[in-house]
Amino acid sequence: MLQIPCPYCGNRDEAEFLFGGEAHLTRPEPEASDKEWSDYLFNRTNPKGTHYERWCHSFGCGQWFNVARDTVTHEIEVVYRMGESRPADSK
Amino acid sequence: MSYAQTFRRAQGGRIDRSSTINFRFNGKSYQGYAGDTLASALLANGVRVVGRSLKFHRPRGVLSAGVEEPNALLNVDVGNGMIPIVRATLMPLIDGLNAESQGGFPSVHFDLGRLLDLTRPLWPAGFYNKAFKWPSWHLYEWAFRQAAGLGRLPAGTDRAQYRHMNTHCDVLVVGAGPSGLKAALHAASRGDDVLLVEQDIEAGGSLLFDSMEIGGVHSADWITTVLGLLENMDNVRILLSATVSGYFDHNVLTVHDRSAAHRVESPVETLWKVRADDVVLATGAIEQPMMFGNNDLPGIMLAGAVHQYSSRYGVDCGRRIVGVVNNDAGWQTLLAIADSGSPVIAIIDVRNDPCEGLVRAAETRNIATHKGATPLSARGSSAVKALRYVSNRGDLLTIRCDAIAMSGGLNPTTHLYAQAGGRLQYDESLACFVPKECRQRVRVVGAATGAFSPVNGYNVARRQAAPARSSSQWVDYLHDVTVSDIELAVRENYTSVEHLKRYTTTGMAVDQGKTSNLNAMSLLGQLTGRTLAEVGTTTFRPQFMPVTMGAVAGPRRGEFYDPPRLLAAHDWHRASDAVFDDYGGWRRPAFYGNDREACIAAEARKVRESVGLFDGSPLGKIEVKGPDAAEFLNRMYVNTVPTLKPGKVRYGLMLTENGIVLDDGVFVRMAEDHFLVNTTSGNADRVAAWFEEWRQCEWPELELICSPVTAQWSVATVAGPYSRAVLARLPGMVDLATDKLPHMSFTVGEFTNGTPYRLQRVSFSGELSYELSVPADHAVETFEHIWQEGRMHDIGMFGIEALMVLRTEKGFLHVGVDTDGTTNPFDVGFGGVVANKKGDYVGARSLQRAHDRSADRRQLVGFEPANGVVVSAGAHFVKQDRKNSPSEGFVTSAVFSPTLGKAIGLGLIERGLERKGELVQIHDENTRISATLVDPCFFDPGGERMHA
Repeated sequence: MLQIPCPYCGNRDEAEFLFGGEAHLTRPEPEASDKEWSDYLFNRTNPKGTHYERWCHSFGCGQWFNVARDTVTHEIEVVYRMGESRPADSK
Repeated sequence: MSYAQTFRRAQGGRIDRSSTINFRFNGKSYQGYAGDTLASALLANGVRVVGRSLKFHRPRGVLSAGVEEPNALLNVDVGNGMIPIVRATLMPLIDGLNAESQGGFPSVHFDLGRLLDLTRPLWPAGFYNKAFKWPSWHLYEWAFRQAAGLGRLPAGTDRAQYRHMNTHCDVLVVGAGPSGLKAALHAASRGDDVLLVEQDIEAGGSLLFDSMEIGGVHSADWITTVLGLLENMDNVRILLSATVSGYFDHNVLTVHDRSAAHRVESPVETLWKVRADDVVLATGAIEQPMMFGNNDLPGIMLAGAVHQYSSRYGVDCGRRIVGVVNNDAGWQTLLAIADSGSPVIAIIDVRNDPCEGLVRAAETRNIATHKGATPLSARGSSAVKALRYVSNRGDLLTIRCDAIAMSGGLNPTTHLYAQAGGRLQYDESLACFVPKECRQRVRVVGAATGAFSPVNGYNVARRQAAPARSSSQWVDYLHDVTVSDIELAVRENYTSVEHLKRYTTTGMAVDQGKTSNLNAMSLLGQLTGRTLAEVGTTTFRPQFMPVTMGAVAGPRRGEFYDPPRLLAAHDWHRASDAVFDDYGGWRRPAFYGNDREACIAAEARKVRESVGLFDGSPLGKIEVKGPDAAEFLNRMYVNTVPTLKPGKVRYGLMLTENGIVLDDGVFVRMAEDHFLVNTTSGNADRVAAWFEEWRQCEWPELELICSPVTAQWSVATVAGPYSRAVLARLPGMVDLATDKLPHMSFTVGEFTNGTPYRLQRVSFSGELSYELSVPADHAVETFEHIWQEGRMHDIGMFGIEALMVLRTEKGFLHVGVDTDGTTNPFDVGFGGVVANKKGDYVGARSLQRAHDRSADRRQLVGFEPANGVVVSAGAHFVKQDRKNSPSEGFVTSAVFSPTLGKAIGLGLIERGLERKGELVQIHDENTRISATLVDPCFFDPGGERMHA
């Protein structure tokens, strides 16, 4: 049971949040090839280590934000707001 | 009659001999004292056989005095029903307690299942995988299911309450033995908020039976002093009779609190969820059995348990107790047993070099000592009577005894540590696994670290089987796994510790191998020539000890399991004879009256012929407002949004990014910058969250807000030829003339009593129809009002089921019923809308893929069964004239149409759009039905009625 520091509300229990998958996906233009489109739809990085992902504080402020989480230790390294770029070295 | 407590000494222990407690076991009456556990009271009464083993039905007695108990798992009733698999070693003795053994037919003393034991070689590990395959396992399964299993499910309603509690603390200390008490006192003294959890009924741990000096103070006094200090501190909470059962991420631990579980009045179990800044694990260590023949006979116990029964409960586990040990801590335990008053007659040590001081101490107590001896096997049928062993000179000897206290060394209780992600390492000198490192904020103290307390060292011998028949040496008592099963598994190459566990089932019982895993792993290492470091351990998972299903469920049972949402006018519908059902989380009227099919048909007919009233309140409503609202919705819908004029309504489809139909419904342009989106009832929350996700994450530059308002507005749907006439009679109703309010338009107004309303002329029934929305607290008065005004037109209520009939007659899509996770807009006849849409929208690119545009897809069609019988939704369209006919789609909706007087249906079938008129086969519950494919719209295809 993670404890997630919502950038708007502070530390809250995982049960208040909705997981939104990998962050920083770029939505291709309609002219994209089938391969680019299926990459966007289906392929994810699945790293061992730092994973950049989106969470929504759905049972709180309702805001989406980004989380860098270690997939081995489940440690949350940093949280940052939607639209902000990936921290250079979050670890 | 009662049995005397013949094994209870007159003095000693922490029990209260002035407070007698009556209890029953297997139909006989016994007595114990306050402070007893069920196990100590049974032993005091000389009860040896407490149950039968799971597989071979061998007699079993109490092995331990704690959580690790594999044998004394009883059915126990303290007035709240028979609870199965209760550890007698942890169960406080309560007046009137009634306990039963779990195994044994016809009785625990004479068990016919023992025949299995006599034919034991026929039933090795994995036997059912080998012997019961032909012709099918299912032929034998019933018999095995009868024979298998532990305990009986309690019958009737559980009277106990179950609670869930959340808390947090600076330091959670698990275990209130000497190390835990010290850690708690230390943390509390520096001002930390401390939660101390102990599974025993009182704090003290080993000090409750192992007297020693702590800082010059006798242990009993030390406990009193420390507890007194802790109890007087505001920052300390102590939970007793509570077991920390799970250790999860970010220092969340669950605690199963049984402290009030056995109250006769209002029993309560609580499951705590604790988030702790720091955790201290003072979980101690568990003594391991020795392996020798018949080491499962009643009377053979762990030495520490014999010590605890003697010192804490004043119970002698035997008149002639023999110790079988492989370490110096075991000697200390046996000396302490003797000192507490229980008769120890001999100590047999497999080592040649026990500590000389311990040997002398034993001899001064007239205990015979045998160094370098090898225990072979125990004798006895339902209890141990003697032990055969080989002396260090090679002589085969037999010693008469009625109890064996064995110590195969200690194993730190590292379950929680490992659950936390902690890594263990094998310590050669301690011959056990000790904590190494953990990513979570956890500290281990005391015996759980491997710091066992013998004064002169511990010096444990390596664990090995005795040179006796390996099929008579038990490794896992609860699952009846013997040394020979381990050998068999290794012969068959199950040499990974995880494979060994699953093949033999060792360590997989409800005790999770607390007294068997280390021996099993030691044997595996020896048989495969590996060290235990190389063998490793199996994965430790929650729960450390079984948690009752009630505690897991907590208050979420009955109506609270999945609380339904009730309509604002729920009571009004009930008074109108509504029969309710659950639809998408809402409890809604399915129909009104008694005879389901007749009511549904009559309700649908009334809508077609005069006028019906329907509660459409759960209809999803999301207001979208802002300068970019139209642009945003244009990206969410397949349909074009910006061309919609204020006051107008349009029907639209929403897709997932994969091009799959997500939801449908109408959207209203209330003003240039203000939309009202209607979603299907079951999808309202999902679509609102979907909008937010796209707004916040993908297009934050668009200026708009989304506001779900589903529950704020109740919706009265008035449908039928007379709906306009009925509504027009409401005081304050706008002009409903078709030129003023045509089909697919919207307006707002105010009743003369001041209640505001929203009115949209839309139709899901195919009739002239209005959806009148009022603030939810005006729902009842609005329904009542419409009802009164409708009487002159013979108005009738209609429920969801009639609505489903009406919309099926019209072929109107019901997303999630007529679509599945593969349906795209082309499949439901929206190709034209897709072609006309300009610009990008969610799912647009997916519709360009060749597969999405294939003509071979399953497409929505209508059908009419040739025999006129309503088929089952879910029945399959099958290819004709072929054996094993493959499916080419399935029926999504099927009803009897009272309007048309025949059975009709909708379905998804391959290339359906081009097959209208074709005769197809439907396979429905082993019957074949012919049906003709037709257009999905069965009634009023021109739509004259709803445009009227």
